[in-house]
Amino acid sequence: MRGEQGQGTARTSPVSRPAASSSAAGPASRRALLPRLLVLLLTLAVWQAVARAHGSVYFPPPSRVAGRAHALWFSGPVRHLFLTDAAVGNVLPSLGRMAAGFGIAVVCGIGLGVAVGRSRWAYALCNPVLQFARAVPPPALVPVFVVVLDFGTPMQITAIAFSAVWPVLINTAEGVRNTDPLRLDVAAVLRLHPVERLRFLLLPSAMPRIFAGLRLSLSLSLILMVFSELLPGTADGIGFTLTDAQSRSDLLTVWAALLLLGVLGYVLNTVLLAVERRLLGRGRTTA
Amino acid sequence: MTLRLDALGQRYGDHPVLRDITLTVPDGQLLCVVGPSGCGKSTLLRTVAGLRPAREGTVTLDGTPVTGVPDHLAVVFQDYGRSLFPWLTVRDNVALPLRRRGLARAERRAEAERILERVGLDGAARRHPWQLSGGMQQRVAIARALVCRPSLLLMDEPFGSLDAQTREDLEDLLLEVHRTENTTILLVTHDIDESVYVGDRVVVLSSGPGARVVLDLPVELPGKRDQITTRGLPEFVALRARVGRAVRGA
Repeated sequence: MRGEQGQGTARTSPVSRPAASSSAAGPASRRALLPRLLVLLLTLAVWQAVARAHGSVYFPPPSRVAGRAHALWFSGPVRHLFLTDAAVGNVLPSLGRMAAGFGIAVVCGIGLGVAVGRSRWAYALCNPVLQFARAVPPPALVPVFVVVLDFGTPMQITAIAFSAVWPVLINTAEGVRNTDPLRLDVAAVLRLHPVERLRFLLLPSAMPRIFAGLRLSLSLSLILMVFSELLPGTADGIGFTLTDAQSRSDLLTVWAALLLLGVLGYVLNTVLLAVERRLLGRGRTTA
Repeated sequence: MTLRLDALGQRYGDHPVLRDITLTVPDGQLLCVVGPSGCGKSTLLRTVAGLRPAREGTVTLDGTPVTGVPDHLAVVFQDYGRSLFPWLTVRDNVALPLRRRGLARAERRAEAERILERVGLDGAARRHPWQLSGGMQQRVAIARALVCRPSLLLMDEPFGSLDAQTREDLEDLLLEVHRTENTTILLVTHDIDESVYVGDRVVVLSSGPGARVVLDLPVELPGKRDQITTRGLPEFVALRARVGRAVRGA
């Protein structure tokens, strides 16, 4: 019975707890796939019926939105993987900016987060600044970057990176700070080199928190990517497609771009979840 | 390795924890430190491990004062669930201390598997700690402590959270390791029976604040120790009674 208790403590160790929810989503999601698909199809059907009955140009049925999205981006030649020139010219630059901004945010966020989380005084000193930086709505900073960097890709990437860095940084710092003190003693007794301690203890034990930050940062990156492309001085990108279509009162294209953004956000988040599940492992999540 | 504590004192702020502890543990001895809960046994162990600097007095190993975590030292903590790294396999947990010895990956793994076989876990190398029972996890922790062939092994209530049967098995494993490796071992426990059964010598600390040594007793038991017969010996019963009185009277 006392052995049972011991296992209990192992199972609720701080490392495994935050990840437990994502593993629970695994089998549960498979079971719930059918009802969820039904709800999705039902929503689309209602949208379709209402839009057709209404016949408004501002509110096209999903079949026409999907048709426009297909015609705009996915009706290209086979050797271009069905991508049209518009897809290559607008979707890829957007994804590139987002990847660059998100990548910078991840590297800086994890690096600085570890540094801040390791040192008690660094954490105490930086915490107010970090909380402030996190509280500022990211798009509000874009005008500042426009003034400093002018319009264009560097400004866009900076805006994305600067907005997306905070969740990663704060969550990494928090995760590293909450490393089990007994495990720190173990690392000291095993006399692990600082780099080994980072690799075998601090990063793995902060990993669930880091991924929580990454998920937030990813959605912020998408938001800032679109927002920074809505501004003048942009000649390509999904955001540009939106403003361009709007200026031509081409609402079907606006809706198609929105559909594309929704799908992109969903796909990127799914990829991140898959990476998380792979990195944290089945074991980590049930440990 | 000879461990010497000389007038060791320890305090948390103004709160005294240990007072004037003087002890010599000769090379190869298995010393059990017993005392009521919260008397500072773990603090004593953490001080010897170099995790807490001594506030008064000194700790020396073979004449060298302990300032940080010494070489050739290993620790087994009570809470195996927290002390093992759940993201590493059993084998990688055990191989971790070997990194500082500069062995190649294959050598580290071979060494880890050899020591796992020694503690009776040959089949578990590729599993993760949380897939094992509590007793097996503590065996992994013991394997991790032994893999570097420490000259001084510190154990902080290592069997305290295990069921009776598992605890007896691990006590016998410890005795077997001690017989063959001749390591100096300092084992902290609140279990009076256990201290007499595994120890070459038992030291009783008084209850805090400012715990002192109130009994220092060599354990001389005839023959090879055995869970059933040893515990029934009149010598065992008498020793257990003396330690018990010292703990209660303290």
